[in-house]
Amino acid sequence: MNDFITVALHRAAHGRTGDKGNRSNISVIAWHPALWPLLVEQITEAVVARQFAHRQPARVVRHLLPQLQAMNFVLDEVLDGGVNDALNLDSHGKALSYLLLDLPLQVPRALAVHLVGADDAAPAHPFPLPLSTTNQRDKT
Amino acid sequence: MRQDTLHIGCAAGFSGDRTDAAGPVVDALAASGAPAVLIFETLAERTLALAQLARRSDPDGGYEPLLDELLRPVLARCLAAGIRIVSNFGAANPAGAARRIAALAVELGLRAPRIAVVEGDDLSGPGQRHLLGSAAQGLAVVSANAYLGAEAIADALLAGAEIVVCGRVADPSLTVGPALAHFGWARDDWDRLARATMAGHLLECGAQVSGGYYADPGVKDIPGLAHLGYPIAEVDADGHCTITKPPATGGRIDSHTVREQLLYEVHDPAAYLTPDVVADISAAEVTELGPDRVRLRGVRGHARPASLKVNVCHETGWLAEGEISYAGVRAEARARLAIDILRERLAGLGPLRADLIGVASVFGDDAGRWLDAQPHGAARDVRLRVALKHAERAQAERLLREVTALYCCGPAGGGGVRTALRPRLGTLSCLVPRSEVPTRHRFIEEAAP
Repeated sequence: MNDFITVALHRAAHGRTGDKGNRSNISVIAWHPALWPLLVEQITEAVVARQFAHRQPARVVRHLLPQLQAMNFVLDEVLDGGVNDALNLDSHGKALSYLLLDLPLQVPRALAVHLVGADDAAPAHPFPLPLSTTNQRDKT
Repeated sequence: MRQDTLHIGCAAGFSGDRTDAAGPVVDALAASGAPAVLIFETLAERTLALAQLARRSDPDGGYEPLLDELLRPVLARCLAAGIRIVSNFGAANPAGAARRIAALAVELGLRAPRIAVVEGDDLSGPGQRHLLGSAAQGLAVVSANAYLGAEAIADALLAGAEIVVCGRVADPSLTVGPALAHFGWARDDWDRLARATMAGHLLECGAQVSGGYYADPGVKDIPGLAHLGYPIAEVDADGHCTITKPPATGGRIDSHTVREQLLYEVHDPAAYLTPDVVADISAAEVTELGPDRVRLRGVRGHARPASLKVNVCHETGWLAEGEISYAGVRAEARARLAIDILRERLAGLGPLRADLIGVASVFGDDAGRWLDAQPHGAARDVRLRVALKHAERAQAERLLREVTALYCCGPAGGGGVRTALRPRLGTLSCLVPRSEVPTRHRFIEEAAP
């Protein structure tokens, strides 16, 4: 059963973080249209909420933009108060897109030709939490 | 309605952006022969508060501190080529900025430009305090500004302004205003306003659409990052736009750079709220027309919000930070020991954030859940950084002293202590009815002294 390989999401998509107040938005944009259905299927609100569990998002909402092969995640209350309040060096959360892009993605071997870059030796996520610690709702 | 194309170039995406970006943009606008506007976007969420503080110490100040650097290289060319300039670089003192521009024109030996200021955004006065809602009562308010829309900008341009100086306006309105004036759209033509809004959204962060803030070596390679070309939107009579950049500049514009910026700071793509319109990009499409030319289509619009958003900045005490480095064998263990010492010494002062730069310092949370969950490693080059906030300056200063004391009382080999104490500004937002925010433009000749 070697029909799939597991890669980091950054090989299939790129993204950028924006912030307003205590809310972060992170885009996830497919490198190739053929990879888009994999993102929709696997990069869900629940998966993203789990990746950001240590920041205890009050809500994670995913918006889909099929024409752009892009999705936009909105994470509420993940910035420890936001740019003026957080003690983080990166109080905007500018780097958070790269935390999201560390998520694993299962890719059919036939589509591997569309992946970019190479996997790195990213450490395992140090802080996986049960999914039940966050609230999610669907908006797709 | 005019059927030509309006070219709008953006030469700054925030206060602190490169100040040499405008030259190539102005050259490209002039060479196009098309009607053209140059915008500078220089106000982030907290910039206005900093400007208000600057104005407290200098009543003539409070506008963009790099105003001269931004305008001096291009003012003559803009006036000669009929390129109008629209910006929010007025910050907390648009009239002061306008007077400075008039003086700059004299210094450069130019004719006097017609300069208009847009007013009405500043709600920090005592007479307007009641508008800010119960959450703002009792706060040490530094700034309170409504996000104004495009109409006052358009009115100023229609009245003949060559330079329009604003304080707080919504960033995309810097683009919508000129388009509204040029094409004469109805002010409830929501689809066209929404398209121009998203053109403005693509422009408002400067090089973030043309290869800036995008590069990632080996995967997202961008040529010429040291001399990025800033973007130009070619807006047509229906509001659709093509994004491009000046020739012979660095950077790249393609469907990937445009999509990243299109979604930047967007929440619900079907409802991007501005004072001018509710823009809907849920069916938007981007098409590469050629090298560094991308077309945006499919944007729709809905009626603008009934209220204006107001940002309030207020004093919230002090931020104290300290850093010290450890290197060589067991460096990480020594840095972690220093954290333990500081937590004990500063117990009772409130949460102490600790970062191990080189190990874990960015993705983590202020409560330390991320750092605590990191397995202890053997990093050999670690910089410890700690931070806390406190309402009282004297209490916040204790962190600075304790980090400094690590020189003699901390783990072995710590070096390179740096400490900083700075005032903190909090922000909150509220909504105010449009009727409470009278907005107007006036020419500098009429501006109050």
